[in-house]
Amino acid sequence: MSLSPAAQQFLKGAKDGLPFHIVIWPFAAIFGAIATQAGLNVVEVMGFSILVIAGSAQLAALQLMTENAPTLIVLATALAVNLRMGMYSAAITPHLGKSSLLTRAFAAYMLYDQPYALSTIKFEKEPNLSLSEKLGYFFGAAIPIAIAWYALTLGGALLGEKIPTDIGVDFAVPVTFLALVAPMLKTPAHLASALTSGVLVLVLGFMPYGSGLLIAAAAALVVGAQVEIWMEKRKAAT
Amino acid sequence: MIEASTTQIWIIIVGMAIGTFLIRFSFLGLVGDRPLPAWLLRLLRYTPVAVLPAVVAPMLLGTKADTDPLRLFCAAATILVGIWTKNVLWAIITGLGLFFGLGAVIG
Repeated sequence: MSLSPAAQQFLKGAKDGLPFHIVIWPFAAIFGAIATQAGLNVVEVMGFSILVIAGSAQLAALQLMTENAPTLIVLATALAVNLRMGMYSAAITPHLGKSSLLTRAFAAYMLYDQPYALSTIKFEKEPNLSLSEKLGYFFGAAIPIAIAWYALTLGGALLGEKIPTDIGVDFAVPVTFLALVAPMLKTPAHLASALTSGVLVLVLGFMPYGSGLLIAAAAALVVGAQVEIWMEKRKAAT
Repeated sequence: MIEASTTQIWIIIVGMAIGTFLIRFSFLGLVGDRPLPAWLLRLLRYTPVAVLPAVVAPMLLGTKADTDPLRLFCAAATILVGIWTKNVLWAIITGLGLFFGLGAVIG
């Protein structure tokens, strides 16, 4: 059996996405369960998971809705949580920008944390992949996790109260992100960028609606690129 | 319990769906295959390390966070194992394994 190069990359993406299922399954089930317990019906719960696919924004919206925050505040906060995905869009554009408008729209729909992180790490390591191979890898990373997200949300919504929601699964989210970032801390530039990001966001913690995150991330981008330039100059000088 | 009406709930769902899609589509849709300048590409290479720590740090250390020594210890272990093994799966297993394992022992 011989698979096309794109199909091979799809399988690689799906395989590299496997670790995230450990986190996505309980996370989706718990979202479904607490949304149902808060009073949403199954169609509404699935509307969130299928139309939005953004776990942390969905949880943030749910939290605010149970506090009876005004609709506009709920929307603004949830979208602020998702603003980081504008950077994901920028980062993936050099790799997937040549594909058709429809493909790009579908990729945008699935541009959540895990496929973004897996793909940008992969494409930096293997810049010579063709467009169809890159698309294969991206959708291989994205589609199985998205399907698990829908299915387990539904399971959680149907089981509702039978699912214990207070077992500290929220800790799975920071662990996932740290596990993604740690292997990338391989140069002084990457390390400096990550430290800037983590420290600055805490310093800017007083800023409303997660806007500190955007400033911290932008500063960290500049620090990373600048340290890279310094290191290159030092190398050239010695 | 959520007291919002069905209409309000669907305004939130559809609004989040459209807004989130537009954020994700922004560069991908508008820039497309036009070449980006080299300095911008250099910046963009740092997006994962520049964005994700800023997402995580407030969850662990922010004023609203549920900061406890167990979580911080497990987070540190996740980072160290991730750097050491360069493997996402081992890092996740270490972090969550220690968290739930030690959590069960300590109670």
